[in-house]
Amino acid sequence: MKKTLGAVAVAAAVALSLSACSGSASSAESSKGEISYWLWDANQLPAYQQCADDFTKANPDIKVKITQRGWDDYWSTLTNGFVGGTAPDVFTNHLGRYGELAENKQLLAIDDAVKKDNIDLTGYNEGLADLWVGQDGKRYGLPKDWDTIGLFYNKAMLAGAGVTEDQMKNLTWNPEDGGTYEKVVAHLTVDKSGKRGDEPGFDKNNVAVYGLGLNGGGDSSGQTEWSYLTNTTGWSHTDKNPWGTHYNYDDPKFQESMEWFAGLAEKGYMPKLETTVGAAMADTFAAGKSAINAHGSWMIGQYTGYKGIEVGIAPTPVGPQGERASMFNGLADSIWAGTKKKDASIKWVEYLASADCQDVVASKAVVFPALKASSDKAAEAFAAKGVDVSAFTEHVKNKTTFLYPITDNTAKVKGIMEPAMDAVVSGKAPASSLTQANEQVNALFK
Amino acid sequence: MTTLAKHSAPVSPAPDKPKPYGGLRRFGDLKIALLFIAPAMIGFIVFYVVPTIRGVYLSFTEYNILGDPEWVGVDNYTAIAKDPLFWNSLAVTGQYVFLNIVLQTALALGLALLMHQVAKSTIIRGALLMPYLMSNVIAALLWFWMLDYQIGVVNQFIEWAGLPRVAFFGSEEWAIPTQAVINTWRHMGYTALLIFAGLQAIPGHVYEVAKLDGASAFQTFRKITIPLLRPVLVLVLVVTVIGSFQVFDTVAVTTAGGPVNATRVIQYYIYQRAFTESDFGYGSAIAVILFLILALVAFIQMKFLKGNESDLD
Repeated sequence: MKKTLGAVAVAAAVALSLSACSGSASSAESSKGEISYWLWDANQLPAYQQCADDFTKANPDIKVKITQRGWDDYWSTLTNGFVGGTAPDVFTNHLGRYGELAENKQLLAIDDAVKKDNIDLTGYNEGLADLWVGQDGKRYGLPKDWDTIGLFYNKAMLAGAGVTEDQMKNLTWNPEDGGTYEKVVAHLTVDKSGKRGDEPGFDKNNVAVYGLGLNGGGDSSGQTEWSYLTNTTGWSHTDKNPWGTHYNYDDPKFQESMEWFAGLAEKGYMPKLETTVGAAMADTFAAGKSAINAHGSWMIGQYTGYKGIEVGIAPTPVGPQGERASMFNGLADSIWAGTKKKDASIKWVEYLASADCQDVVASKAVVFPALKASSDKAAEAFAAKGVDVSAFTEHVKNKTTFLYPITDNTAKVKGIMEPAMDAVVSGKAPASSLTQANEQVNALFK
Repeated sequence: MTTLAKHSAPVSPAPDKPKPYGGLRRFGDLKIALLFIAPAMIGFIVFYVVPTIRGVYLSFTEYNILGDPEWVGVDNYTAIAKDPLFWNSLAVTGQYVFLNIVLQTALALGLALLMHQVAKSTIIRGALLMPYLMSNVIAALLWFWMLDYQIGVVNQFIEWAGLPRVAFFGSEEWAIPTQAVINTWRHMGYTALLIFAGLQAIPGHVYEVAKLDGASAFQTFRKITIPLLRPVLVLVLVVTVIGSFQVFDTVAVTTAGGPVNATRVIQYYIYQRAFTESDFGYGSAIAVILFLILALVAFIQMKFLKGNESDLD
């Protein structure tokens, strides 16, 4: 048995060293054939399938096989692929993940190709291209799209409550009394006997419609849950971004904001966290259980697609420092370091990042492509469908965005912050309990 | 491959004269026995022994799967001893196992008695097994939707009955009991079948004697059925307790450890540390601890409930 195992180990080692060599195989081998490409969003699959077809038409010796996997399985399957040698040549990458992948040498740096092929990095929306330069100064992806946060609201409910669209566009918020944002949310809340949240006799334990929907505790980033509020106070997740090494969940400013946020559920204006396990927030909005939902621009299609509900989109409220704030997240396409089709993969990534493909994506009106010109085309495509997306584009135009926190150890940070935030948002623990969680988080960086 | 060939070689030449009934003959049996055991043995070694040894080795390393394991001695174990989430996972798992085993064993025993004495139809006996034929994930998702707070059918009935809706999966108090009951529902038919087989092994004459002596139904159950069923009950307990400790799929597809840490059971915590947070050394160390706990629990059960002795002798 020992001998057999030894033989297997030798064979495996040979196979490994062979596959390691193949990265630098002759360009004739690596520039044609079939390459595999993964993405997680099913809504975007048709757009990218068309990109792949167009790409093969222009490069007949390269075929692209697209696989879509749900977000929940995407990253574990990808990791298994890296270890087992079956990972896709090219895949959609996320800011929260790529740092660790780059550090473990799973990503191919594409600086040389970008230089050689004269890719114009200034054509992308500001900051997007820089996000994909790792801590080692090398580029690990070309940007494909971006997203910001906005307030989806039920037009009929607002009209019934006498809240105008102008009011929605000029909402203000502060952590002390919640500003006009809390007033509107309270007014839109209706209990089972028809009393509004700001009327005397409102029964907070028997609410029929909540003013504001709840997606979850928001774990480490609070991307759609609370970051559009907390980050208007001047607070930010980390000491610097990207590649911060210190998190700030212990800041009293942040804890005050979270205390206010958790208070909404206590007052009956937002569902209790425990009732949100299960059905998706967007679906409960469609079922008429909430009047306003704060959510990301990638959800436009879903919210405006529900039959029988008129949906409007308002920008997030103006904070105490006189500005709005929205997390700015962007995806990119990266190449696996173990690919056997290096040259073909680079060609495909460059095509995905080009106007040819991003205009196709824009025309489908599902997400905002990374190229400025293509972003504008997407906004037009949304307008043609009767959807005003200025609430999302305004953030980029007015530079009121802040980046998704990019650091090392993101999975571990999430592991610590998820239960800690759940405890705060569900009212089980005071916001000051986040100080202890923050110490645990920062200990990861020592 | 070579191992197989080696064992099969001596088998082919047929013995031309009867061998004395001695050591040599027994040795020949051993070789044939090994040949038949080999397929199972190879699987056992490749899929159980080697991974277990590797797991024990990894538990002494820092390993993120993409790099190389780095030896850190007992660092993982000392960190686990100070990890509140590990102790929480033990408490949560303990709560789950207690609820699940008590309910499951009681209900399965009742069902087995019914199968033995009342429901003799094969169809009814078969129907009891139905939930067990369903995959764990499907059963969990089915109940996840039926028990949903907003749109679940169960909460609709509860509301019609004039009671407040219950966040079966969302509230910290309900999450573990809910999952314990779901898995009880799924497994009790199978457990009942095992106990039922044990009941059938009890000879009928002891019941006749009890009847002649004027024992009541309850006395018969307590003094005859339970003692004679003990070896089977112990086996069932050992198997179901080990299975119950390893609850994972139900949690993974529904609450994923939440709300807060209410369902972060030990297997889910191992998965989280190893596969989500790429800390395979730490995850392996918890797995080794779980292995030791289960071995100890099984040992205690066998020792104190005298599972390998029968009162029938």
